[in-house]
Amino acid sequence: MSERHDGSTGAENGSKGLSRRTFVKIGVVAGAGLTLGVSYKVMAGPGVPATDATFAPNAFLRIDADGSITVMVGKSEMGQGVATALPQLIAEELEVPLSQVSFQFAPAHPAYGTGIGMQVTGGSTSVVQSWQPLREAGATARWMLREAAAQRWGVPADQIQMREGKAIHADNSELTYAELASAAALLDVPEDVPLKDSADFRIIGTSVPRLDVPAKTTGEAVFGIDAGPSGTRVAVVARSPVFGGTLRSFDPTPALAVAGVDEVVELESGVAVVADGYVAAKAGRDALAIEWDEGVWNDLDDAEIFGRFEAAVREGGKSTRDDGDVDAAFAAGRELIRATYTLPYLAHATMEPMNCTAWVRDGRCTVWAPTQFQNAPNIVGGGARQVAAKAAGVGADSTEVHTTFLGGGFGRRAERDYVREAAELAGKVDGPVKVVWSREEDMQHDFYRPASYHEFAAVLGANGMPEAWRHRIASQSILQRMVPGWVPGFAANWAGNSDPTSTEGARNQPYHVPNINVSYAKVDLPIPVGFWRSVGHSSNAFVVESFIDELAHAAGRDPYEYRRDLLKGHPRHRAVLDAVAETSKWGSPAPEGRARGIAVAESFGSFVAQVAEVSVENAQPRVHQVWCAIDCGVVVNPAIVSAQMESGIVYGLTAALHGRINIQGGRVVQSNFHDYQMLRMREAPDIEVVLAPSGEAPGGVGEPGTPPIAPAVTNALFVLTGQRIRELPIQMT
Amino acid sequence: MVKFTLNGEPWELDVPSANPLLWVLRESLELTGTKFGCGIGQCGACMVLVNGQPTRSCQMPISAVQGAEVMTIEGLSRHGTHPVQQAWVEEQVPQCGYCQSGQIVSAVALLAAKPNPTDEDIDGAMSGNVCRCGTYTAIRRAIHRAADLQAEAIATDGAGAGGDR
Repeated sequence: MSERHDGSTGAENGSKGLSRRTFVKIGVVAGAGLTLGVSYKVMAGPGVPATDATFAPNAFLRIDADGSITVMVGKSEMGQGVATALPQLIAEELEVPLSQVSFQFAPAHPAYGTGIGMQVTGGSTSVVQSWQPLREAGATARWMLREAAAQRWGVPADQIQMREGKAIHADNSELTYAELASAAALLDVPEDVPLKDSADFRIIGTSVPRLDVPAKTTGEAVFGIDAGPSGTRVAVVARSPVFGGTLRSFDPTPALAVAGVDEVVELESGVAVVADGYVAAKAGRDALAIEWDEGVWNDLDDAEIFGRFEAAVREGGKSTRDDGDVDAAFAAGRELIRATYTLPYLAHATMEPMNCTAWVRDGRCTVWAPTQFQNAPNIVGGGARQVAAKAAGVGADSTEVHTTFLGGGFGRRAERDYVREAAELAGKVDGPVKVVWSREEDMQHDFYRPASYHEFAAVLGANGMPEAWRHRIASQSILQRMVPGWVPGFAANWAGNSDPTSTEGARNQPYHVPNINVSYAKVDLPIPVGFWRSVGHSSNAFVVESFIDELAHAAGRDPYEYRRDLLKGHPRHRAVLDAVAETSKWGSPAPEGRARGIAVAESFGSFVAQVAEVSVENAQPRVHQVWCAIDCGVVVNPAIVSAQMESGIVYGLTAALHGRINIQGGRVVQSNFHDYQMLRMREAPDIEVVLAPSGEAPGGVGEPGTPPIAPAVTNALFVLTGQRIRELPIQMT
Repeated sequence: MVKFTLNGEPWELDVPSANPLLWVLRESLELTGTKFGCGIGQCGACMVLVNGQPTRSCQMPISAVQGAEVMTIEGLSRHGTHPVQQAWVEEQVPQCGYCQSGQIVSAVALLAAKPNPTDEDIDGAMSGNVCRCGTYTAIRRAIHRAADLQAEAIATDGAGAGGDR
C-alpha cells in the first residue's frame, strides 16, 4: 500500500475554483434512497473536492496517468473494514483487481455526506449507504474509459471489453486505464450507466485481503495520536471531575514549575497544560491547583439514579407501542409473570484514548482527528469541521479535517468534544498542539451507554404462548442532547414518544403477542450519554431475549422452538435461528458441566442469532464457545463480516462479564483497566460464524454482532444453574 | 545520558531519566508504532522487547534501559516479513489495529521462548494484551501459523526467524 495513511493528501477542499470536473454529478442515486434508506446525495451543487488527479469523474475515484487508482474513502476506518469494502464496490464496477487499488481518507466535504448532509460513520451504515452510489461511481468511470478507448481505436464501444484495468478490443489490442485516463477526463460524465448483474460479481462477495492490514502489522499506520506536524506540542486537560461542575479558580504556578511545561491555558472544558511532550504535560496537569465549583449533582450516586428510573416507571412513561388490550388480558385472572432488569452505564474504552491535533494560523484551522464525524453543515451542531471552526474562531471554509485511522470508535468518536477542545486551544496558542487524554480522563469523561431500568409483565395462554406483554423502560435519552438541532423525522419520532434509540429492539420486538404495551420514561440526569456500539439494542436485546426465555421456560418449552413458533411472520429471524441451531447442534446434549443458551436480534438491517456454551468455574461464568449466524443481506466481504461478528461478540461479552460504570459523588468511580476490566485472551471463547445471506439489500455488520451475546450467555447460565441473571454485569450467587 | 541499542542501532540520549521508554520512543525518537493505551501497565499496547523480554514501555523509565537492547515493532523486519507479521497478514488479524504492535511483540517473545506454543501457552503469554476489537481468536490462529512459518524458515535456511532484517 503506497498511499499516505493519514489521508492528508486528500484534504484539500473545493474552494480552489471550479475545474470542469467539479460540476459533474456524483453518486447518481436512482432509487437507492427508497430501498436503502439514507444514501449519498445526488450532488450537483457541492461538487468534487479539488484534485490534481488525471481523471476524477466523481468524488470517490481518482485515476492517474501513472496508473495509480485511488478510492477516496469518505467513511472512517475503525476496524470495521470500510477501507476495503468501499474500494471493493468501486473496483467491481471499474473492472480492476483490488490489488491495483489504494485508498485515501477523504476530506471533510459535502460530497461524502448523506442525503441529510452528514459525513458520519455510525449506525452500521457505511455499506448500506455506499452500496449503490459507489458501484455507480465505478461503473461511470469504466464507461468513460471504454468510450475513450473506442475513440482512440475508432471502433464501436460495444466491441471493447473492460477487464483487469484494461480496455481490450476484439482484435486483442489493449490499452491500460492509465493510458486512457487523460482522454476519459475530457468526456462528459454520463448518467444512468447500467450496473453489473450480481451474478457477474468477481470482487463483491469475496474475502479479498484488507487493504489496511499490512500497515497495521508494521507500526506504520497513522492513528490520531501519531498524526500532526513534527514539533507539535502536547497538551493534557484537567476537566471537572463532577458532571455539571465548573471551574472556580486555578493556580498555574505549580504546573509551570514542571520542566517542559510551556503554558497553562483556560478552556471552556477546563484547564490545559501545554508542554514539550505528554509526560511533562501530564505532570503539569497533575500539579495544577484547581478549585472546582461542583455544582448541584455532587452527591448523585447509583442508588439515586436507579431510584429515579423506578419512580419514573411508576409515574408512567409514554406509550411507544400498544397492540390489543394489555390491561384487559392482565385482568383476566391468569398468573402474571413479572421480572425487573437493570443495566449499567458503560464506557466505550477505545484502545486509543481520545486525542486531537489542531493548528490555527493565518485565519485557517487544520485538524488531524480520529473522528467518526467529519462534516455536517447545518445540523446537530456540526461535524468536526464545523465544531473546530467555531471553536478556533475561523470559518468552516477555512478549516480542513484530516481523518486518521481510528484506534477504535464504537460511537465515542462520533462526539466532537475532543475536537472542539483541541481547536479552541490551538486558537489560543502558537503552533500546532495535540490534546492527549489520559486513560483516566477518557474513562471518566465519556458519553456513556445509558444505564436503564426495565419492568416486564406477561401472561401466558393455555397453550403456553404469551397472551400479553408489557415492557416499561426508563433511562436517559441520547437524542435529547441532539434536539432541537436533530433531523425532523427523528425529532417527530421523539416528540411522538418513542425516543428511537432508547426503545429500539423493544418497541419493535418481533414475537407474536396479541396484546403488547411498551412504554418509555425519560429521566433527565447530568451523566453524558451517547452512542455505544449497537446503542439501544445493547440493552433491549438483553432484556427482551431474557424475558422471552423466561416465558419459554415457564411454558415448559424449548427456548429455540418457542421463539421459532412466535416468529412466524419473520422469516429472516427464523432463518438465522435455524442456522445457528443447526451449526451449534442445538438439542444435542452439552458437554458435562456446560449448558447452552440462545438469542436472536435484528439491528441495523441485519439479523443475528447466537448460541453460547457456558460453564461456571470458581463461581465465575466461563464462555467456551459461541456460534453465530448472520443475515446481513448482500455480503460484500465475507471475512470482514465474520470478523465483525467476532468483534461484536467480544465487545458485548466484555460488557456482560465485566462492564459497569458506577456513579458516586456525581463522578465516575472507575478510572482505568484495573477497575474497568476488558475481556482478555484467556477468557475469549471460540467463535464460529455462519453467514446466512438472504440476498436482500445490505444491512450493517459493525454493530449487530453485539446485542444477542449477553442474553445467549445468561440464558445458558439459567439452564446450568437455575439462576436468572437480571442485572449486568453477571454476578453468580 | 542514556546509552542503549534500539532496533540494532546504538543510541545516546539526553532525556529526563524518569521519562518512560514509551514516550521517549514516541516523542523523542518519533517511532510511533508503539502505542499508549493505559499508562499503568494494564493493556500491553506499549509492549516492546528489552533484551528479548516482553516489557511494558509505559512502566519502564528510560534510565532502566541503560546498556540494554530494545526492539520495537519497527525493528522486527524492514518490510513486514517477520514470520509473526506474515502470519498476522495471512490470518487478517488487525481490525482497528491500535493494539496490534503490542500483540505482535508479545507473540514474538512467546515464540522465541516456545516455538510451538499450546493454546494454554498462548492464554498465558497473551492475556496481558487487551484488544477491544476482539481479534483474540484471529491472534490465536495467527500464532499457530507463525509457529509453522518459523519452523519452515528454520528448516529451509537454518537462519531462524529474522525476516529480512
